[in-house]
Amino acid sequence: MSPLQISWKSLKSKPLSSGLNILLIAFGTGILTILLLASRQIGDKLTQNSKDIDLVVGAKGSPLQLILSSIYYIDNPTGNIPLEDAQRLSRSPFVKRAVPLAMGDNYKGFRIIGTDSNYIALYQLKNATGQFWKKDFEVSIGATVAEQQKLKIGDTFLGAHGLTENAHVHDHHAYKVTGILCKQGNVTDNLILTNIASVWKMHEEPEHDHAHENGHEHEEEEPAGNREITSLLIQYRSPMSVVMFPRMVNQATQLQAASPAMESTRLFSLIGVGIDTLQWFAFLIMLIAAVSVFVNLYNSLKERQYDLAIMRTLGASRIKLFRIVIEEGLLLTLTGTIVGILLGHIAVELIGSGQESSQAKLSGLIFLKEEIYLFAAGLAIGIFAAIIPAWQAYRADIATILAKN
Amino acid sequence: MQQMISIKALAHAYNREKKINFDDWQVSKGDQWLLLGNSGSGKSTLLHILTGILSPATGQVKVNDTEIYQLKPRELDRFRALHIGIVFQRPHLIKSLTIEENLLMAQSFAGLPENRSRIQEVLESLAISASLHQYPSTLSQGQLQRASIARAVINKPALLIADEPTSSLDDQNAGTVLRLLKEQTELNQSTLVIATHDQRIKEAFKHTYTL
Repeated sequence: MSPLQISWKSLKSKPLSSGLNILLIAFGTGILTILLLASRQIGDKLTQNSKDIDLVVGAKGSPLQLILSSIYYIDNPTGNIPLEDAQRLSRSPFVKRAVPLAMGDNYKGFRIIGTDSNYIALYQLKNATGQFWKKDFEVSIGATVAEQQKLKIGDTFLGAHGLTENAHVHDHHAYKVTGILCKQGNVTDNLILTNIASVWKMHEEPEHDHAHENGHEHEEEEPAGNREITSLLIQYRSPMSVVMFPRMVNQATQLQAASPAMESTRLFSLIGVGIDTLQWFAFLIMLIAAVSVFVNLYNSLKERQYDLAIMRTLGASRIKLFRIVIEEGLLLTLTGTIVGILLGHIAVELIGSGQESSQAKLSGLIFLKEEIYLFAAGLAIGIFAAIIPAWQAYRADIATILAKN
Repeated sequence: MQQMISIKALAHAYNREKKINFDDWQVSKGDQWLLLGNSGSGKSTLLHILTGILSPATGQVKVNDTEIYQLKPRELDRFRALHIGIVFQRPHLIKSLTIEENLLMAQSFAGLPENRSRIQEVLESLAISASLHQYPSTLSQGQLQRASIARAVINKPALLIADEPTSSLDDQNAGTVLRLLKEQTELNQSTLVIATHDQRIKEAFKHTYTL
């Protein structure tokens, strides 16, 4: 019968108060776990997806909306831009690489993106099977798209107009899967990539595109004319471009330049207010839990003074009594912490499974090394709450207690 | 004959004004003694001094050939666990533990390995082996008193001390508890000291130390 077993048995004999304390700790830890997992995963996704993209050029409007739609694919684009303007900017000496994007359709919620081979180079995409699109209406699909829609090489499907499911279906052209991308761990897992001409043609009147039905190549050869694209992802040639290029775009053209780094920071500072509030709320719950554990142990010590005196007459040392009380505090808070962390992971997994946006899906199956700090916090609260009652148990004058009883 | 208890020039100060002096006392090993005195005469104080939980103001206390107040605190705790068993007026077992766990705890505090056959043996000798896995709250007062005797003798102490074990009991139960204490003392070849103001049990003892 170790001190730990005695502590555990003591807690088990008071299921109501022990349960309440565990619940309080679990609630606080659970909220912190959810915040930790969500902010880390969102942060990682933002970083992964905007990696190597220095600037996004699109139609005027909200710069944040432009970034969200062109890098993270979680908002509607701000509008379209003339292909001619985009091509002129692409040839600028400040630009190392420019990737055009044309959006407008989806397949069961997965966005269909018209682009060119620069996109492949930007995200260093590789095929798991098949090959990249070559002709119009050929597509390479992300790993998640293939997995969830059970698409394989040679399969065909019809795209729907707009960026959400259940919209009007373009039934005059079918896309054909020619490649399935390797799992990238970024937004490309959820995309369907094709050439820009396919997107244009999909939105032309059916009777007008009979000339292309034999599927000859268009990529990077389409004459600009009145053509439009959605946006342009830019990689700078030199650090000097950071200062010059955005200013040039915003002042000298009808287009808008938005920096992913700046907009992500702005986004985080907006979300950050909510995260901070929740964090303080969780800390407050943890503090209440610590006081509750303290009150529980302190009151229980008063009731158990004679028990502890009897233990001393049986030969238990002062240190053993100290340990019994401290371990009670630790058992309460560590059990609460473990339950809280598990509940936090379950909650994040449930949130993730209920998320409509497949691009920013959260997972509760990821464990972070920072969660060890939650254990440390549980440990510290346990010791903090139990130290005074434990010290009182250590100092108890057993002869006086026995005489009083 | 070897001595189990020896006190010499022993005194305890409750405060600056109130002090109690104890006559010198020697108890031989295997003897059974009655420590008689009215309420407030200092019986419990002497028992607490003998068990090492209350330091005397002056004097010498030897238990089982050990001068117990010369021991370091942890040595004294261990000495008490191994050599002294105590039965209180009220049984007071730990409510969150079963009877078996209460006895396992006593073995553990003495630093002895868990010995479930010894627990079974003691409970059988006290006729409460059926209560092994029961919690104290489910037992009768008589069963609880037997369980508290079992806890006191589980480590085969050389000295068994009982503080007013019969005071709150009727004649029949008082007789039973006294019989069990004597039986267990003989079974474990211990020395027995019972502190009481209960005149009913005076006749059952040859040796008496009166305060």
